[in-house]
Amino acid sequence: MADSTPILGDDGLTLKAKLRQAERRNKLKTFGLTVPLLAFILVTFVFPILLMIARSVDNPVPVRAIPQTLEALQSWTPPTLPAEATYRLFAEELLAADETGDLGRLASRLNYDLPGSRSALTRLGRALRRGAEDGQSYRALFEEVDPRWSEPEIWAGLKALDGRLTGAYYLAATDRTRDVDGDIVLQPENTRIYIGLYLKTLWVSLLVTLFCVLLAYPIAYQLATLPTGRANLLMILVLLPFWTSLLVRTTAWIVLLQSQGVLNDILVALGILDDEGRVQLIYNMTGTIVALTHILLPFMVLPLYSVMKTIPPNYRRAAISMGATPSRAWIDVFFPLTIPGLGAGSVLVFILCIGYYITPALVGGRTGQLISSEIAYHMQSSLNWGLAAALGTILLVGVLALYWIYDRLVGIDNLKMG
Amino acid sequence: MDATQAAVRFEGVQKSYDGETLVVKDLNLSIAKGEFVTMLGPSGSGKTTCLMMLAGFETATRGEIYIGQRSINRVPPHKRNIGMVFQNYALFPHMSVAENLAYPLKVRGIDKAERETRVLRALDMVQLAPFANRRPGMLSGGQQQRVAVARALVFDPDIVLMDEPLGALDKQLREQMQYEIKHIHERIGVTVVYVTHDQSEALTMSNRIAVFNDGVIQQLAPPTELYERPSNAFVAHFIGENNRLDGIVRSRDGDICQVELGDGSMVRSLAVNIGGVGSRTTLSLRPERVTVHAKAGEIDNVFAGKVEELIYLGDHIRTRVSLCGQDDFIVKLPNSDRHAMLEPGANVHFGWNAGDCRALDG
Repeated sequence: MADSTPILGDDGLTLKAKLRQAERRNKLKTFGLTVPLLAFILVTFVFPILLMIARSVDNPVPVRAIPQTLEALQSWTPPTLPAEATYRLFAEELLAADETGDLGRLASRLNYDLPGSRSALTRLGRALRRGAEDGQSYRALFEEVDPRWSEPEIWAGLKALDGRLTGAYYLAATDRTRDVDGDIVLQPENTRIYIGLYLKTLWVSLLVTLFCVLLAYPIAYQLATLPTGRANLLMILVLLPFWTSLLVRTTAWIVLLQSQGVLNDILVALGILDDEGRVQLIYNMTGTIVALTHILLPFMVLPLYSVMKTIPPNYRRAAISMGATPSRAWIDVFFPLTIPGLGAGSVLVFILCIGYYITPALVGGRTGQLISSEIAYHMQSSLNWGLAAALGTILLVGVLALYWIYDRLVGIDNLKMG
Repeated sequence: MDATQAAVRFEGVQKSYDGETLVVKDLNLSIAKGEFVTMLGPSGSGKTTCLMMLAGFETATRGEIYIGQRSINRVPPHKRNIGMVFQNYALFPHMSVAENLAYPLKVRGIDKAERETRVLRALDMVQLAPFANRRPGMLSGGQQQRVAVARALVFDPDIVLMDEPLGALDKQLREQMQYEIKHIHERIGVTVVYVTHDQSEALTMSNRIAVFNDGVIQQLAPPTELYERPSNAFVAHFIGENNRLDGIVRSRDGDICQVELGDGSMVRSLAVNIGGVGSRTTLSLRPERVTVHAKAGEIDNVFAGKVEELIYLGDHIRTRVSLCGQDDFIVKLPNSDRHAMLEPGANVHFGWNAGDCRALDG
């Protein structure tokens, strides 16, 4: 009977329509409240990340500047040199590119793949502007300008520039390159940087996470069991790093840790070290690890504390009443229940650590740098944004992979941030 | 009871948390094997402290606690072999129901096969066998409660302690669980010490009830006796509803005494716990023991009263009466056709027997 005659309100609308109307208003309101944040995240977070990923494979210059040369090079294979026609084509396209300024961009782009090849192109550009001598072949002109043009490597490098998208930045970011035949090979040992640095970053992050766990677990336990007044005092101590300016903290570490610093002075005064044997505790990896542990400790303490706070003391009493020794009750009942907090804290600290830039830059010296400083270097100094983007994207994918592994092992639902 | 046969014995036990005030004052209590004893009292009366001392989570400041013949003052809680049901159950949320039940067996080193049979037996006892593999969080409150009871029993403890275990359940479920716990106790005959502040819970389940107030056992008696024959004003007031009439003892003749109330009326009462003639006393009278339209000569005490208010409560009608100078005298009238309805404002004679009117400490 209800479905045969729809219920009508005073204004003749069916109940269903009225319900929809009422809910639409609610939905719009909820959505309206989230719009500012959504827009902010979109503009300042999602969009830049997409841009970064795009930049890591973007390769607009070669196909714009020298399309015909690239096409001609497709039928060429080393170790011979290209045909004279290709030289001429390339010379013409280079001259045109010089007009638009693409020559310099092309030179930089080639230089990323073949370090030192920038000059070979710029010199060639200058020579072409002067014009060829009569009767001289382009090939002879090229070789006169720079002897590298008589070797197939540079031509193979040009050939590899083909395509709107490129994987060259990712090759570089993983210490790989293409040889003259276009095969992917490891770079010579003395120029491999990034893989080692990634591994170092991972290792340091693991170490910092471990130190944070070791330091935070007992503190969080104390915080959760102490009466509120004293717990608050302790909490302030834990949060102090949050509230202190980075520069103040850094200065403090330098005062404490440098070789003429407080810590070394005390050790020397106590006779543990002699004056010549002062240890270097800052501007190296030790400094980076100490500083990162200090900064990231609250991120471990807070989730652990909030999880421990919710575990009723009755659980352990129950285990003890059933015959478990206090330590067994702790291991069987208390500890497993803190794993969500441990997981959340570890994920937080580890991921923050993996991309931490400013602290290693300030106290890491030469040996205490992580992958972040390389990314910053390519952003700010070498201006190789493609490589910086590729390094950043690899970091991002690595973090996502770690999330995924964590989800498989522990479950993201188990994450308790507070 | 012979002290040597007691399953649990408190001897002169005191407890102080701050070194200044005693939460438990000189507790002496013997509990027989297989007995169901409830510690009943308002919050802060020391009942939970007593339970915690028995469980071993609090230490007695003075005195001895025995389980059987053995003093357990220096036995750590995990060696006392006491099962415990906690407030809010304390089921381990990261273990399944079966794992929860197996835990006490596991820490005792009982092998897997034996564990499984005993867990199944315990789950059968509370009719929860199909839920063995669920997590406690997926069970209803009543089911969690039953799991907690099963877990406290699965390792055959000498004693089971229950600390307000039904507090989190709604009224209907609470009543059902009371019967269930009572029946389990009757079936397996384990000694139970139960703590609650809910008198109906205590009356339903216990063999004996110890009424606590102010760190002292006010009365230790079976439920009927506690209700029918409270030995002091606190117990009378705490257990069931109760009319209190304050007066002064004017004469005493064996068990019967005459008490003069504030308005001068004399009440014949049972002398239970009074001082000499001239001392203050509180008369305790259950509302259901008052007769309406009483006639002098048929009943010991008859007074005229005025009906002030009638409250319909289904099975009975609560009637507020002014009587003997008090306007909060309550009479319970059963809702049956044998009783004529009273009208508000009516002047009626109310009466009661001396035996139902207990003269207690003032």
